[in-house]
Amino acid sequence: MIRVQARTEQSTLMAFASPVLAIVLTLIFGSILFSALDKDPVQALHVLLIMPLSDAYNISEMFVKMGPLLLCAVGLSLCYRANMWNIGAEGQLLAGALGGSAMALQFVDSNSVFALPLTLLAGVVSGMLWAAIPTFLKLNFNSNLILTTIMLNYIALYLLIWAVHGPLRDPQGFGFPESALFSDATLLPVLTDQGRVHLGVVFASVFALVAWLILSKTHLGFKIRVYGSDAPAALYAGFSSKAISWFVMLFAGGLAGLAGVSEVAGPIGQLTPVVSPGYGYAAIIVAYLGRLHPAGAIVASIFLAILYMGGDLAQIEMGIPIAVVGMFQGVLLFFLLACDFFIRYRLVSTRDQVA
Amino acid sequence: MSETLKKQSSKFRLELLNITKQYPGCLANDQICMNLMPGEIHALLGENGAGKSTLVKTIYGVVAPDSGQIIWDGHEVDIKSPSKARDLGIGMVFQHFSLFETLTVSQNIELCLSPEQLSSIGDLAGRIQELSKTYDLQVDPTRYVHSLSIGERQRVEIMRCLVQSVKLLILDEPTSVLTPQEVAGLFDVLRKLSKEGCSIMFISHKLHEVTEICHKATILRGGKLVGTCSPAEETPATIAKMMVGDLAEQDAGYTKATGEHIIFSAIGLNLPAKHPFGTSLKDIQFDMRKGEILGIAGVAGNGQEELMSIISGEDNRTVNNAITLDGKDISTLNAGKRRKMGLAYVPEERLGRGAVPDMSLSENTLLTHSSGFVSKGLVNWNAVKQYAKALINDYSVKCHGEFSEAKSLSGGNLQKFIMGREIGQNPKVLICAHPTWGVDVGAALAIHQALLELRDQGAAILLISEDIDELFLLADRMSAICNGHLSPVVRTEETTIDQIGQWMAGTFIESNPSSQEVNA
Amino acid sequence: MDIDLITQILFAAVKTGTPLLFVALGEVICEKTGVLNLGQEGMMLMGAVVGFMAAYGSGNAGIGIIGAMLIGSAMSLIFGFLVLHLGANQVATGLALTIFGTGLSAFIGSSVVGHTIPGFQPMHIPGLSELPIVGKALFSHDPLVYLAVVMAFLVSYVANRTRLGLTIKAVGENPHAANAIGIKVLRVRYLAVMFGGAMAGLGGAYMSLVYTPMWVENMTAGRGWIALALVVFASWRVGNIVLGAYLFGVASIMHLVLQGMGWSISPNLLAMLPYVATIVVMVLISADQFKEKLLAPRSLGKPFDPRQMA
Repeated sequence: MIRVQARTEQSTLMAFASPVLAIVLTLIFGSILFSALDKDPVQALHVLLIMPLSDAYNISEMFVKMGPLLLCAVGLSLCYRANMWNIGAEGQLLAGALGGSAMALQFVDSNSVFALPLTLLAGVVSGMLWAAIPTFLKLNFNSNLILTTIMLNYIALYLLIWAVHGPLRDPQGFGFPESALFSDATLLPVLTDQGRVHLGVVFASVFALVAWLILSKTHLGFKIRVYGSDAPAALYAGFSSKAISWFVMLFAGGLAGLAGVSEVAGPIGQLTPVVSPGYGYAAIIVAYLGRLHPAGAIVASIFLAILYMGGDLAQIEMGIPIAVVGMFQGVLLFFLLACDFFIRYRLVSTRDQVA
Repeated sequence: MSETLKKQSSKFRLELLNITKQYPGCLANDQICMNLMPGEIHALLGENGAGKSTLVKTIYGVVAPDSGQIIWDGHEVDIKSPSKARDLGIGMVFQHFSLFETLTVSQNIELCLSPEQLSSIGDLAGRIQELSKTYDLQVDPTRYVHSLSIGERQRVEIMRCLVQSVKLLILDEPTSVLTPQEVAGLFDVLRKLSKEGCSIMFISHKLHEVTEICHKATILRGGKLVGTCSPAEETPATIAKMMVGDLAEQDAGYTKATGEHIIFSAIGLNLPAKHPFGTSLKDIQFDMRKGEILGIAGVAGNGQEELMSIISGEDNRTVNNAITLDGKDISTLNAGKRRKMGLAYVPEERLGRGAVPDMSLSENTLLTHSSGFVSKGLVNWNAVKQYAKALINDYSVKCHGEFSEAKSLSGGNLQKFIMGREIGQNPKVLICAHPTWGVDVGAALAIHQALLELRDQGAAILLISEDIDELFLLADRMSAICNGHLSPVVRTEETTIDQIGQWMAGTFIESNPSSQEVNA
Repeated sequence: MDIDLITQILFAAVKTGTPLLFVALGEVICEKTGVLNLGQEGMMLMGAVVGFMAAYGSGNAGIGIIGAMLIGSAMSLIFGFLVLHLGANQVATGLALTIFGTGLSAFIGSSVVGHTIPGFQPMHIPGLSELPIVGKALFSHDPLVYLAVVMAFLVSYVANRTRLGLTIKAVGENPHAANAIGIKVLRVRYLAVMFGGAMAGLGGAYMSLVYTPMWVENMTAGRGWIALALVVFASWRVGNIVLGAYLFGVASIMHLVLQGMGWSISPNLLAMLPYVATIVVMVLISADQFKEKLLAPRSLGKPFDPRQMA
C-alpha cells in the first residue's frame, strides 16, 4: 500500500523538479491530444518546441516574445511574493502602450534624442498609474485586488480601442484604426542585423536581475517575503504593509508599462488595436513556473515564448488552431499546481513504515 | 481472547487495548491500555505532547489508530467517525471549541444530531430548556454563539453532548478557560452526571483539580502509559513526579521585586473593537516600573489580544497621549518605531506571528532584530546567521541549525528562540503573552529564569497569562482583565487567588453593565 | 423616453442579467462552503461552446443546456481535485481554470464559429404577459429567464431554511469544527464546487444559446468575473444577488438608454461601463471592512486538509 505523508520540512528538490515535471506532463498530454486529433504527435511537438529555435530568424522572434513576458512576470513575481494578487499586468501593459504611443505621436516628425526616452518614460508612468488605481482602492477602500485589476484590464482594452479609433488615429490613415507610424527616433534600436530583436529583451533581463537583488539582498526584499508569507508576522515586526504594497504594485505596473511601450515602439512601430496576444495573462504562468523567482522567470519566459512561436508555426504548418497555446498554458499551470503537492507531501509505502 | 477475560471486560464501559498511533516523526500513542467504569470520573494526565489529545480523539473517532482495539460495553467497536461515536453514546467537549459562531445555540446543537435523533427528540428547544434546569446549565437557545462568553460556550458544548443521552463524556482541558468560580460550577455538573452513571474522561494538567474530583487517573508521558493511580490516595507532588519524570524540578517560589521608576504608562485607553467578534477596551489605566513584572490575569477573549496590539503598535489606530514610554508619547508610532525605542514583544501565537513558519531561524531573527544587520538597505546575511547560531546556543534551542524552518521546531523550542530574540534586543519594556502555554516543564523553567533575569537587569515586563498559578509565581504586581475593563493593580503578596478570580469574573466593574455576559 | 424604449430596456436588462444570476448563484454556494473558485470565466466559456455544439449537433437546445451543465461541473472537478485533495492555492488554481477554459473553448469551438442554431422560443406567461410594459418586459421571456428566478428562490430556501444550508454555513465558517462533529467537509465542498460549475456552465450556455445566439471566441467578455464581484457586493445574500444581477443588466445596456436619450458617445467608451460600474460598486460596498468581515464566510480561500488534523 502506498499512502501520503506530510513532510516535516518543504522539499527544495521538489520545488525545482516540479516545473520540469509539469512541462513533461503537459507535453505528454499534448501528444495524446494531437494523436486524438489525427495529427502526428512527434511532428506537432517538433513544430511547437524545436522549430521556434531552428534558425536565427525564429530565435530572434522568440526573444521578441520573451521580452514582454519576462517584464510582466518579474513584476508579478514580486507582487505574488507579497501576496498582492495583481492579475492586471495585461491592463498595465496596454496602458503603457497607450501612454507611450500618445507621447511617441508628439515626435512623428522629429529626430530629437529625447523622443525615445520620453516615450519609454510615458509608457512606464502610464503602467504605474494603471497599477496605482487598484492599489489605492485596496489600501483605502478594502477593494478586492483580483477583481479590480481584472476589471481594469477590460477598461484599458476598450480605452485603447477607443483611442485608436479616435484621438490617436492617423489622420492620413484612410480611416483605418491605427496611429501614424512612429518616427525612427522613437523606435527602440534593433540588436541584430536579422530579425526584430530590440532593446526590450535587454530591459527585461536587467530588471530580472534587479528584482533578484532586491529579493535576496535588501531589507525591503526581506520585508516583501515576510509580508507575503505571513502578514500577521509582518504586522508584529512593524513592517509597513502600505509601503510594501505600493512598492510591488508600482514596480510591477512600471515593468508592464515598459513591456507595452516596448511593443509599440519596437516590433509594431505604431499603435494598433491588438498590442498583446495576452502576454499579461501568460506572465502569471511564467511567474509561477519560475517559482516566483526572477531568475526562474527568465527560464520560464523562454519556454512560454517558444510555445507562442510554436503556436504560430503549428497553425501555418499543420492547421492546428492557435488557441492551442492558451489551452496548453492552462494545462501547464494545472500540472504545476498538482506537482507542487509533493513539495509538502511524499508518498510512502506503508510496509516501510512498520519496519 | 479467553472466555474469562471477555466476562471481566464486560463490566467496563470502555476498554482500550494497545492503542498505537504514529505521526510523522512522533509516536503519539504507544500501546496504550486503559479502562473506565460506568459513573467513573477518570483523569487523563500528562505534559503537553504526552499524547492525551490523540488518545481521546481516537476514542471520539476523529483520529484513526494504527493498531489496537476499543471495547465498548463489552463489544469490540470500530469508531470510524465522530457520528459513530455519538451513536454509541460518546460525547466530547473540545479544548478549542468546535462551535460555529455565526449560528445560534440551538442550530449548533441541531447540527450535531442525526435526523433520526432529531425526530426522536421532537421539541429541541424544549429539551434544551429542560436540560438547563436539570443540570443548572443556563444558555438561551436563540442566542448567537459569538455573543456568548467562554464559560457559556462551554455549557453549550456540554449541552450538545447531553441532548443525546451520553454514556461517556470526554472533556479536553475544560478548566483552562474558566475562572476559578466557573470551575466549581463545572465540577458540580460533572458530579451530578457521574451519579447518574455517566462516565467522564477529564484531561487536565492541574493536579489539585484532579485530586478534587477524579476517582482514577491515568498518566501518559511521551506517548507511553507510565502509571495509574487513585488521586485520593496521592498528593499533587507524587502525581507530578509521575507526569514529568524524576528529572524535572518544580519551580520554587521566586523573590519578588519592587520597581520604582515608572517607565511605561497607559492612561485611559478607550478603543472600540476592530473585529466584529472582538472586545472593546474601556478606560484602561496602568503603569509599569523598571525591574518589575506586572501580571494581568483573565479568561481568554476579554480584551487581552486588543490590549497587547494597541500597546505593541500592531493596532495602529490613534489614541492620543494615552501611551508613554520613558516619558515620550508613543501612541502615534507604528510597531517598528516602538520597537526601536525599546519595546519588545513575545506574542501569543508563536508560529504565524512571532515567527514566520516557512522561514529559517536566521530569517526569523532578522524579523524583529535588524539593528546592526542592515546598512543602506542591504542585509548582512552572514552576521545574521552568526547571531542566530549564538541565540540557538545560548537558549539551548533544539533544532538542526540556523537554517531550520521555524515550523519544524517544537512549541517549546520555538518559544525559547523567540524569547531569546526579543530579550537579545535589550528591551526597556517587554510584553509577554502566555509565555509557557503548551511548553514542556524544562523549557518553561528556562523561560521563567530568562524573564526574571531580564527583570533583575532593570527591564519592565508585562506578563499576560491565563495560568493564574504562573502569574502568582512570577508577577510582582497583579491585575485582572474582564470584558475590556482592567481591575486595580495590587502587589502579589497582598492578594489571593480568590480575589483575582473574582476580578477575572468582573466584580470590580462598578456599574457592572456586562454581568450577564460574564456570568461567574 | 417613450414607453416602447422603457419596455425594451427592461426586457434587455432582464436578459443581460440572467447569465450573471446563474453564475453568481452557483458561486455563492461554493463560497459559503469556504471555497473561492476564480475559474467562473473559464467554466462559462466551456459551457457556452459545449452547449452550443451539443445544441447544434442534436438540433435541441435542451440537450445543449444539459451538455453545458455537465462540462461546467467536469471542469470544476479539476479545480476541486487540485484545491481540495492536493491543497493547491485557490486563487492560482482558479486562474488556471480560467486560462485553460478560455484556451480550450477557443480550440474546440473553432469549427462552429459562424453557425447558428434555433435557440429557445419565448414563453409568454398567460395573463401576466398581457399587462402593459411589464408584460412585455418581464413575462415574455425564454424559459431560462424564469428558471434563473426559480433557482434563486431554491438556493435561498436551501441556504436559509434547511439543514443542508446549516451544514454549508458550518463548513464555511469553521471546517475543523465541522470535521470534529462528523460533517464530511470535503464531500460538502466537492458538491458545492460542482454545483458552482454546473451553474457557470448554464450561464455560459445562456450566452451562446439564447443571448447572441452563436459561438464567438471569448464571448463572455468578463461576465464570469463580474459574477464573482456580484457575490461580494451582495454580501453573500441571495436576494441581493438577484437585485445586483438585474441592475448590472441595466448597466450593460446603458448604451441603449443613452442613445434613446439622444446622446452620442463612442460605443467603445460605453463598453467600459459594466466594468467601471463593478469597480465603483465594489469600492462603495467593501469600504465598510467591519461589515465585510462579519458577513464573509470565515474560511473563504483557506485550505482545509483533514490529513493535518492532529
